[in-house]
Amino acid sequence: MITSPFIRKPTSVQQVMLTVLLALLPGVAAYVWQFGAGILVQIAIASLTAVVVEALFVHLRDKPVGLFVGDLSAVVTAWLIALAFPPLAPWWLTALAVALAIGVVKHLYGGLGQNPFNPAMAAYCLMIVSYPALMSQWPAAGHLDFQSQLQLILGGARDLDAITGATPLDALRTALREAAQPDSALHGLAATHLMEGPAYGWLGGRGWEWVALGYLAGGLFLLQRRIITWHIPVAFLATLAATALLLWGMRPEQFGSPLFHLASGGTLLGAFFILTDPVSGATTPRGKLLFAGGAAFITLMIRSFGAYPDGVAFATLLMNLCVPLIDMATQPPVFGHKKD
Amino acid sequence: MLAKLFQFHGGVKPATHKEASTREAIAQVPLPGRLVVPLHQSIGGTPRPQVLPGQRVLKGERIGAADGNVSAAVHAPTSGTVVAVEPAVMAHTSGLTTLSVIIEPDGEDAWIRCAPVDYRAMPPDELRDTLRDAGIVGLGGAVFPSHLKLKPGKGGRTRSLILNGAECEPFITCDDLLMRERAPAIIRGAEIMAHILQADEILVGIEDNKPEAIAAMEAAARGKAQIQVVAIPTRYPAGGAKQLIKVLTGIEVPHGQRSTDYGVQCFNVGTVYAIFEAIDLGRPLISRIVTVAGNVARPRNFEVLFGTPMDHLAAQAGPQPGTDRYIMGGPMMGYPMPAFDVPVVKATNCVLVASPALFPPPPPEMPCIRCGECAQACPADLAPFELYWFSRAHNFGKAQEYHLFDCIECGCCAYVCPSHIPLVDYYRFAKTEIWAREREKDAADQARERFEFRNLRQDLEKKEKAEKLAAKAAETKAKLAQEAQSGGDGGADDPKKALIAAALERARAQKAQAEPKNTDNLAPATQAEIAAIEARRTVLSPHADSPGSAGFAQPARSPGDEQWTANAPLSPPDEAESGLVRPGSARSPEDA
Repeated sequence: MITSPFIRKPTSVQQVMLTVLLALLPGVAAYVWQFGAGILVQIAIASLTAVVVEALFVHLRDKPVGLFVGDLSAVVTAWLIALAFPPLAPWWLTALAVALAIGVVKHLYGGLGQNPFNPAMAAYCLMIVSYPALMSQWPAAGHLDFQSQLQLILGGARDLDAITGATPLDALRTALREAAQPDSALHGLAATHLMEGPAYGWLGGRGWEWVALGYLAGGLFLLQRRIITWHIPVAFLATLAATALLLWGMRPEQFGSPLFHLASGGTLLGAFFILTDPVSGATTPRGKLLFAGGAAFITLMIRSFGAYPDGVAFATLLMNLCVPLIDMATQPPVFGHKKD
Repeated sequence: MLAKLFQFHGGVKPATHKEASTREAIAQVPLPGRLVVPLHQSIGGTPRPQVLPGQRVLKGERIGAADGNVSAAVHAPTSGTVVAVEPAVMAHTSGLTTLSVIIEPDGEDAWIRCAPVDYRAMPPDELRDTLRDAGIVGLGGAVFPSHLKLKPGKGGRTRSLILNGAECEPFITCDDLLMRERAPAIIRGAEIMAHILQADEILVGIEDNKPEAIAAMEAAARGKAQIQVVAIPTRYPAGGAKQLIKVLTGIEVPHGQRSTDYGVQCFNVGTVYAIFEAIDLGRPLISRIVTVAGNVARPRNFEVLFGTPMDHLAAQAGPQPGTDRYIMGGPMMGYPMPAFDVPVVKATNCVLVASPALFPPPPPEMPCIRCGECAQACPADLAPFELYWFSRAHNFGKAQEYHLFDCIECGCCAYVCPSHIPLVDYYRFAKTEIWAREREKDAADQARERFEFRNLRQDLEKKEKAEKLAAKAAETKAKLAQEAQSGGDGGADDPKKALIAAALERARAQKAQAEPKNTDNLAPATQAEIAAIEARRTVLSPHADSPGSAGFAQPARSPGDEQWTANAPLSPPDEAESGLVRPGSARSPEDA
C-alpha cells in the first residue's frame, strides 16, 4: 500500500549529481584553456575506473547495478579526484586512487550515503602519502601540447623535471623557507616580493587563478540551484581569509596573503565541491559553519606550518571525523521549543 | 491589514491543481439508495446508537448520542428508515469496520423541527452542549469536537480567534467555494464563536491563491472592526493550525500544548459555517462540502450528506477509466480508501479519484545521502533524515529525543527527497512502535505492581499465621503448665483428652489394617520363609528398626504439620521468582 504523500517533486540523486557535474564544467573548461586537454584524459580514465569499480561493488553487494551506477555519485567522485590530482599523473595513479575511493572508502563503509570520509579526499591523502613525488609534479601554464601530455599520462617516460615544477603554494613555501635562512640570497625578501616570479599570476598561481574562478562560477550555480547552502563555502572562505590575514598582518614576510590563499591550491574546489559533500559533511546550519570553519583553519595551519604544501584534503578528513559530534551538538531548536 | 505577517520554516510549493474544481458552483448530490452513517466520526468516545432497525427517522434526528463530553452526536442525514445498525467498513485505510446506522431514504427529505438558538441569551456552557449535540467537529480533517475548543483562555478571554481558510493541500477547494458562496454565514458563525470565546479579534487567514474567496470574505466582513481578512503566502502547509497561527500571530504553539493557553484558537471555515447552521438555524451537522477531483471529467464541489457512498459521489463528476482507488483528502496527507463505496464522513474534505497515471508509484528508493533537503522543507524545524536513520535502526529513544512527536506528517520531507524515501511511513512506524511499547510498559508496570502486592499480601498472611500459631502454642504451654501445677484434676479437660487419644489409637489401628502388605496373599510356606528371612535380617542389622524401612520409608509425618511442610518447599521458588521478574525485564532494552 502506497501512503501519502502521493506526489513528489521531480528530483533524484542522479539529478543532484548531474547538477554537480555541470557545475564543474566551468572549472574544467578553464583547466583545458590554461593547461591543455590532458585533464580530459584524466577525467576519462577516472570516470571509467569509477563506473567499473562501482558496478563491481554494487553487484557484489547484491544491489541493482543499473540504478546505483546510474546515480552518477561515483562519477562525481572520479571527476573530483581527476581535478585534485596533478594533471600529468600517470594513468595508473589516477585509476588506483579512484578504485580505492570507490571500493574502500565508499563501499567498504556501506556505499552511497554511508561513508564517513570524503572518498575523493581520502584517495588524495592515500596517494600523496604513498607517492609524494608523483603527486607533486605540476605543469606550468600553457607549457605542453596535448600529444606530449598524452604520452606522459599513458606512457612510461617520466622525465618531467623540464616541464613541471612545484605548485605556487609549494614554490612560495620553499622560497619562504629559503628566505628564512640568513645565508640565502633570498634572505629578507617578503612573500610579496617572492611572488613576483613567473610561476605566479595576478591572484595566485599563474593559470590556476582562472581554474579557481571557474570553480567559483560553478559553486555559485550550485547555490542558485539549491544543491548546496551558503554556510559551508562562506564559512570556509571567510575563516581561511581571516586566519591568513591574521598571519600575514603579523608577518607579511613569512606568510602568504589572504587573496593568494583564496585563489591557490584546492581552496575553491574544496569550498564549493569537496566540503559540501553532504554524506561526509555536517548537516545542520550551525554545524556546517563549524565544520567548514574548522576545515579552513586546519588547511591554513598545514599550508603555513605543516609538511605538505596544501592541506584541504587532510583538513577535510579531520573534520569528517568530527561530523557526528558536530551534528549532535548543533541540532536546531524545533517548532515551539525555540525559547528553551 | 495586519502590520506584519510571520513565516514558518520550510514548506513546499507543489502544483495546486485547484483551478479545475472551482469553475462551477457547489452542487447538490441526488440521494443515494442507502446511507451508511458511522457512529464514530470524531475524536473521542463512540456515540451510543439511539435508533433501532425498522425505526423511521427524520432528517436531522439524532441517531447517536455523544458518549461523554469528549465526543459529538451523529444525526440522520435525511428522512427514511433505519434498516440496520451494524458494523460497516469505515473510511479508513485499515479497512476495519465500525458500528454504523444504515438508513434507506424515503425521498421526502423531511426535517425535524429545527430550533434556532439565541446565542446571546444562552449561557456559554449550554451553547457548548448545544454544539456537542449538534455534532459539530473540526471539518478541516482532524474532526476534534469543536465545543471542547470553544473555551476562553486565561482570564476568561481569548486574544485571537483564527479562521482557517488557507486550504493549502493541492486539489482541495471545498473551503474556497464555501467562502466564495457563503461568506456572510461564515462571518456570522465567527461572531457567535467570538462571543463564546470572548475573543478580541477575528483573523481570517486565506492563501493568496484564492482572490475570489478573499474578496467575498472581505465584503462580508466590511464594517466589522473586529474582523480582519488576511491574505497569506501560498505555501504548503500554511493551513496546518500551528503554521497558520505562526503566520498570523508569530506564536509557536509547542506540540502537546493547547493554543488556548497562548490566547489563540483556530477553526476551519467549514466548522465555522457548521456552527452558524447549528446556532442560527438549529440544524445539526449532517452534510459538508466535498471536493471531487483527480481522475474525473468535471472536478467539482458538492454538498454531500454524511453516509453517501464515495462512488455515488464520484459518479456525479464523471469518473474516467483507469481509476484504481480513492484517496480521502489531498495528495500530501490523504488516506487511500479500502473500497470505493466507503461512506463520506465528517472528515472527508475531498475525494481524490486516483489513477496510476495521476499518482504514479514513486521511483525506486535510494539510500539517504543526507542532502538536508528534508530539513529545509520541514515546517516543524525537525531533522527528518536523522529521524529516518533512528526510526530505521529502531532507535526509538533517540527518535523521540529528536522530537519525533513534533512531526505533523505533512509529507514535505518525502515530497522533496531526491532518494524517494517514504520518510513519513518511517515516522508513522516509529510512532506506532513507541505507542505499542508504552502500552506494553504500562501493562508490565501493572503486572509488576500486582505481583509485588501479592508477595506483600502473602508475607503478611504468613506472618499473621505464624503469630497466631505462636500465640496458640504459648497458650497451650501455659495451659499444660497450669495443669501440671493443679495436679491432674483437670475436670472437663481430661475426658476430652482421653477421647482424642482413643480416637488417634483407633485411626492408627485402622490404617495398619487397611494397608495391605504385599506378602499377605502368599502361600503359608512362603510366608514362613519370609518370616525366617526377616528374623535373620533383624539379627544381622541391629539398627534397622522395622523390616524394609531402612532406606526407603517415607519420613514420618504427623497430620498436624502436613500443611506447613507442604507450604515450605513452595516459598523458596516464590522468592526466586520475585527476584527474577524485575520490573523492566518484560520490556525491551530500548526502553531503558
